[in-house]
Order: sequence, then C-alpha cells, then structure tokens
Amino acid sequence: MSLAELICPAGTPAALRTAVDAGADAVYCGFQDATNARNFPGLNFTPEELAASVAYAHDKGTKVLLALNTYPPAGKVDLWRQAADTGARLGVDAFIVADMGVADYIARTHPGIRLHLSVQAAASSPEAIRYYCENFGVKRVVLPRILTIPEIRQIKREIPCEIETFIFGNHGLMVEGRCSLTNYLTGQSTNMDGVCSPASEVDYARHADGSMSSQLAGFTIDCFGAEEKAGYPTICKGRYTAPHRPDGYYAFEEPISLNLSRLLPELIEAGVHAFKIEGRQRSKSYVRGVVRAFRAAVDDIKAGREAKIADLIALTEGQKQTQGAFETKKWR
Amino acid sequence: MTESSPVTFFPARLPGSGLASRLACLAVQPILLRVVRRIAARHPSIFARLGPHQTTDFLIDPVELPFALHLRPDPAAPILRAVPRDKAPRAGATIRGRFLLLLELVDAEEDGDAAFFSRDLEVTGDTEAVVRLRNALDDVDGSIAEETAAMFGAPGRAVLARLRRAYANDMHRR
Repeated sequence: MSLAELICPAGTPAALRTAVDAGADAVYCGFQDATNARNFPGLNFTPEELAASVAYAHDKGTKVLLALNTYPPAGKVDLWRQAADTGARLGVDAFIVADMGVADYIARTHPGIRLHLSVQAAASSPEAIRYYCENFGVKRVVLPRILTIPEIRQIKREIPCEIETFIFGNHGLMVEGRCSLTNYLTGQSTNMDGVCSPASEVDYARHADGSMSSQLAGFTIDCFGAEEKAGYPTICKGRYTAPHRPDGYYAFEEPISLNLSRLLPELIEAGVHAFKIEGRQRSKSYVRGVVRAFRAAVDDIKAGREAKIADLIALTEGQKQTQGAFETKKWR
Repeated sequence: MTESSPVTFFPARLPGSGLASRLACLAVQPILLRVVRRIAARHPSIFARLGPHQTTDFLIDPVELPFALHLRPDPAAPILRAVPRDKAPRAGATIRGRFLLLLELVDAEEDGDAAFFSRDLEVTGDTEAVVRLRNALDDVDGSIAEETAAMFGAPGRAVLARLRRAYANDMHRR
C-alpha cells in the first residue's frame, strides 16, 4: 500500500528542523565526509549534531534516514563502517546505501535497522532490485529517474520491497552512481568522494555584455547571456560548441529541475510508497517552501481532494521544470 | 577567477565612491562593528562551518547602497566594515546583489541557489568560500536581521519592517 511518505532533504541541523516542522515524514542527511553524495563544504552533520537532530525529529514523529550512498575506494571502507556504526548508535531509522559491501556490513552488523537502496545504485530492473532484497534485506529502493510510470507499476509487481521516487529537484540523472564526468576534469569523484563539481574547482566570470560564464577546473562549461537564467556548474548540464553546433548546445542534460507535482496521483496509484525531494545542498528557504507545498498536495490527495499545487518555478534550476522520463522517454 | 569588467547589468547602481560614499561609510561603521561582534558572540557555530575560510576577505556588494561591505569572519577578530567601492580591499570572494535580497539570504528567507539561477545574485572569486559562508549562515536559527534590528530598539525594528515591506512590494511587482 502506498503511504505517500514525504522524504525531505537536510544539509544542516537547522534545515532538518525546518523540514520536520514543515511536515516531512522522514528527513535524509549525511555526515561531513565522503560517505555521502553531498559532501559539500560547510554542509552536513557532525555526530553530535546528528544526535540532537535525531532526538528533535523523533520527538515530532519524523524518521531520520542516514545517507551512506557513496562507494568506498579499496582500502578505505573503514570510514563507511564507522559512519554506519555511529548512525546506529545515534538511532537513525534507516541507512541509504549504494555499495554492496556497505550494504553487507550493515545487514550483518546492524540487522535491526532498515536498509534503503540509494538511487546511486542505479537499480532499475526487478532482477537487480530483488538481488539487493534477497542478499541484504533491502526494504526500499529509490528508483533512478529514467523510468516511466507504467514501468514503475510493472516493477512494483515484481519486487518484494517499497519504492521511493524523486518528485522534485535536481534532474542530473545520466547513469546514476556511475557518472565520472567530474573525475575527468577535477580528479575528484562524485561516487567515491561525494562531490559533483566541487566548489573549490568552480569559477564564475562575468563579462562586459552582462553575460556570465561558468568554469570547472578551468574549462568553460556554459556562458549565460545577460537576460538568461543560470544553472549549476555541472558538466552534464554544460553547453558546448561542436563543429556541427557552432552556437553551442546542451550535449547531455540542460539546466532544469524535476517537478512531478501533477503526477502524484498516478505515482501513488502505481504503488510508489515514498516521495523524495532532492536538495540537501539547498537553503532552509527552499526546504520550507518545497516541503510545505508537497505536504499540502499529498494531504489533499490522501483526503480525496484535488491537490492544490503551489508554483515552485522560482526554486527550479534555470527556472525551468520537467516531468522527465516519468512522463515520456522522449524528454530530451 | 577573472572579473573582466565592472558590473553593467544591475540597475540603479549608486557610484560607491567619492565624498558621499566616504561619509556614508563613516556613518554606518559604529553600527557594523557592534553587529558583527554581537553575531559572532551569539552564533559561534558559524565559524566551524566556515572551516579554512574564517580568514577569507569577503566583499558583500549591495548594488543600490553607496558602499560595499568588507567581511572577514575571523572568530578572534571579526571584521565588518563599510568601504567605498574604489577603496575596497582585494577580496577572496565577492557577493553582489540588491541589499534587500542579501538581507533575506542572510536570514534564509530566500534561497541562494534560486537567486543565482535568476541572476539576481552574482558570485565571483573563491566559490568554496561563498558556499561555506552560505551554509554557515543557513544553519543559524532565528533571524540575524531581527537580532540586529533589536539591538537598536523600536527604531531598529521599524526600519527592518519597512525594508521588508519594500522588498515584498518589489518582489510582487517583478
């Protein structure tokens, strides 16, 4: 049965409290290290902060999910094991994992705590998902953002666990958990260091005509005109020139955000158990606005009312939104 | 970081140099000193999130004010001072936007990424320093602007309320 739980981002303790107060059913967060895929400067939680945050969330009936969703490089797995042990000690309600070794460690060491399979595992077939369920006791899979709703409905019939889908936020999908674009330019890994386009490698340059170019590790990846909206400085959303496209074009994705607010009833009907809002790197203002909007929409749907969908375009990347593959495989 | 020209696309920008700017700087300086010391004392957690950028010089540039602000968030000796734009120190990072937007960002009433996407906020220099400052301020509970206004009693609160009404009206018109 779909409970349409709202799974909300928290990059700081204040954002966590904001999400809880705005109506999150669960909040996901990470430590200040490479064990999670938002290992950004000044973001995330110390163990002490997580302890206080778990207490705050639990007091209000909200679950806390700890993201350990990066891949340990050979010989460095202890950092992930210690993070899991700390999370278990602090009373988190579930771990979000991508790596089989991390999943195996938690399944053996902390069998009483739920395992959720991160989108970073890119498990998109019933066979792959069942493998994680059967071998590690995974209770929920976060599906990659490449599936249509009919495909999700079909997968639900063939797996023994809950489904969570993204409903709002960043739409940088590629092959999730296997993107190495940042590595090529910076030497740092999205999947092992938890940094996509590390801020230390990002530069913005503005020009006399009001345009602004964004660079990663010295490579220009886009140039926004004076009146043009901007996006994140990620390679997958870069605009490039080529011999046959001298004016530049978005070769992979484009600056745009996912917004499935109008598809919520269909997703619930398809058997989606939980809705995930992306954005641990975003502000309390974003968390407050987006969580409130989806809390109201989900409550309307559960009560049999037509959902009032708040306008969230101002919070989207490039001030553009899409329903992506959930609507059609031809979204690009 | 390159900065190939002065800002040309923020509207209604005041010169930020000359005698008027210097007088304005002198007028606000005692207030800024009190503000930064108070915030540093009440919110020490900010400094942990700043990490190595506690000694970075930030230039906060509210485009419609006749001066910029120089911030060095050093817990041992925090600096917040008004500077004429032609006398601004060499900054590790510059954050530029309308004053009221910057005020709302400090209080997490607006989202920094959204302001960046809409081009209302401009960042140059050390991006990591800016990200750390943003995350540090975002983890503060309550309103830094209101704390600051409260330092000056009823007149301070009235000024803040008026500024916020002006910002709301401005956003409504856009």
